[in-house]
Amino acid sequence: MTAILAAIAFWLAAWATNVALSRSRMGAARTLTPAIFGAAILVLWEGIVRGLGVPEVILPPPSVVAVTFIERRDILWTDFVQTILKGAVTGYIMGCGAALVTAVLIDRSPFLTRGLLPVGNFLAALPIVGVAPIMVMWFGFGWQSKAAVVFAMVFFPVLVNAVAGLQASEPMQRDLMRTYGAGYWTTLGRLRIPAAMPFVFNGLKIATTLAVIGAIVAEFFGSPTRGMGFRISTAVGSLALPMVWAQIVVAALSGTAFYGIVVWVESRITFWHPSQRRRA
Amino acid sequence: MRNARPVLAVLAVLLGIWYAACIPMNIQEVLTTAARAGAVVIPETAPERLATSRFVLVAENLDHIGASWSVDRARLPSPEQVLGELWKGIFDQPVTSKRSLVYHGMITLQATLAGLALGLVVGVGLAMAIVYFRVMDLSVMPWAVISQTIPIVALAPMIVVLSNSLGLGERLGIENRLVSKAIIAAYLSFFPVLVGMIKGLRSPDAMQLDLMRTWNATGLQEFSRLRLPASLPFLFASLKVAVAASLVGAIVGELPTGAIEGLGARMLVASQFGQPLLMWASLFAAAIAAGGLILVVGLLQRFVDNRLGVRS
Repeated sequence: MTAILAAIAFWLAAWATNVALSRSRMGAARTLTPAIFGAAILVLWEGIVRGLGVPEVILPPPSVVAVTFIERRDILWTDFVQTILKGAVTGYIMGCGAALVTAVLIDRSPFLTRGLLPVGNFLAALPIVGVAPIMVMWFGFGWQSKAAVVFAMVFFPVLVNAVAGLQASEPMQRDLMRTYGAGYWTTLGRLRIPAAMPFVFNGLKIATTLAVIGAIVAEFFGSPTRGMGFRISTAVGSLALPMVWAQIVVAALSGTAFYGIVVWVESRITFWHPSQRRRA
Repeated sequence: MRNARPVLAVLAVLLGIWYAACIPMNIQEVLTTAARAGAVVIPETAPERLATSRFVLVAENLDHIGASWSVDRARLPSPEQVLGELWKGIFDQPVTSKRSLVYHGMITLQATLAGLALGLVVGVGLAMAIVYFRVMDLSVMPWAVISQTIPIVALAPMIVVLSNSLGLGERLGIENRLVSKAIIAAYLSFFPVLVGMIKGLRSPDAMQLDLMRTWNATGLQEFSRLRLPASLPFLFASLKVAVAASLVGAIVGELPTGAIEGLGARMLVASQFGQPLLMWASLFAAAIAAGGLILVVGLLQRFVDNRLGVRS
């Protein structure tokens, strides 16, 4: 009982701190508040699980998950390499690369662009994860089939955004390029591709999440004896829930890191865009 | 309708690519069948054919490629085969049959709509809290963003274990499987709603808010007469995304949860029992469902716009 009360007390104290922080005009509030909120949730979770004696096979406390995470890091690392590095990242790079090249090619024909945008928008909204069993049938149980699923999932969102982005430069700017005597390729390289970048990164950011989901889902349809999806389904089967939660932590960390890397690259490439200006 | 012709052209090109791809994809099976029937095939034995590139096989056996579009258990079934299977699954069975795609589609749709409703409530509720309380904006918003970078499928089995052990289903008087699928669907669909509603609720400018104040409007009136109507266009735009995300959630939620009914479960069964046609048919059924849902949201938007007197 004391554990629950202590956790609730911590939660209230954290919330009061956050309310105070949000009223103050401190610059650090923007990073401090979510950190305190996250910590409070973890403490509340730990306190309730310990206080109510919830069995580990239903919900392990965060401390047990942390211990599992550290002790089984070799297994977690193999799974991470198999699913994230080989499956998700390879598929992501190939899918985004193919989508960008296709966008530049299609852009030369206004007819194709007009036809492809609605079709691509529609396809991007479809549950493409469904191709996972087909890809596993075509490319086998290895990481290649996972990369193929990721490819199919990221292709259309990136393509649609890139095509929309290539049309983002204004007629006035294009006219200016023509007065400079710039040809198609110079205009493309110096004006239209840079102007498309905010759109492209929008697609690339959406695609990071899709890539991780695709790589894990594809493993439910068949995988070698490693990989995060495989480990999750077998660990649930044997009620090794701390292991499952450790995998979730890996998935969350790598998903966030993947997204963070793309955001970082975006801030370096589109530093000129209004959305990247530092808040005063 | 200016876009009708280009769209049709793109669709025709995609269909053409599909038909063309059937030839190299299915050439192995075609040649095996042909060889068994006693036809002359180059190279003659199966192991040799397996070692040869698909394109070489096509080039050397041009007179056999006619069979590419009607292979049983094809690696890539032809469009009309998929269409046939889809037709069989939708119209040739009673809707209550376990082989009917409509039956499985309804189950997935149920979870999709339940998840969407839950996602709407959570998304709109959080958006209101975030717009009205700065502390919520600061502490919850970053976590809402991070929550979307966490692959939900990793959480799916946990959600099943938790909702089963809490007995959520029994308490609400619905099936447990539906609960976990709906939670997963809601997890994916609340975020677009949240982002859209925050933008929408903040869209009235200072002038309009001031006007409400000069009319001595209460906080509740300001919300119901100004902020809520102003946010509707944003809500509908994000609903279209949320509906599609919710369907993905419902399908994904069927995979690791041991579901035996629903489109996702149908795909899993088809993949385990080697029925590629069924896989493709389920995939297309899911696509039709997604298209239908987006269409319904569009119609709903037009209806609401008409009632509110919005000029398009």
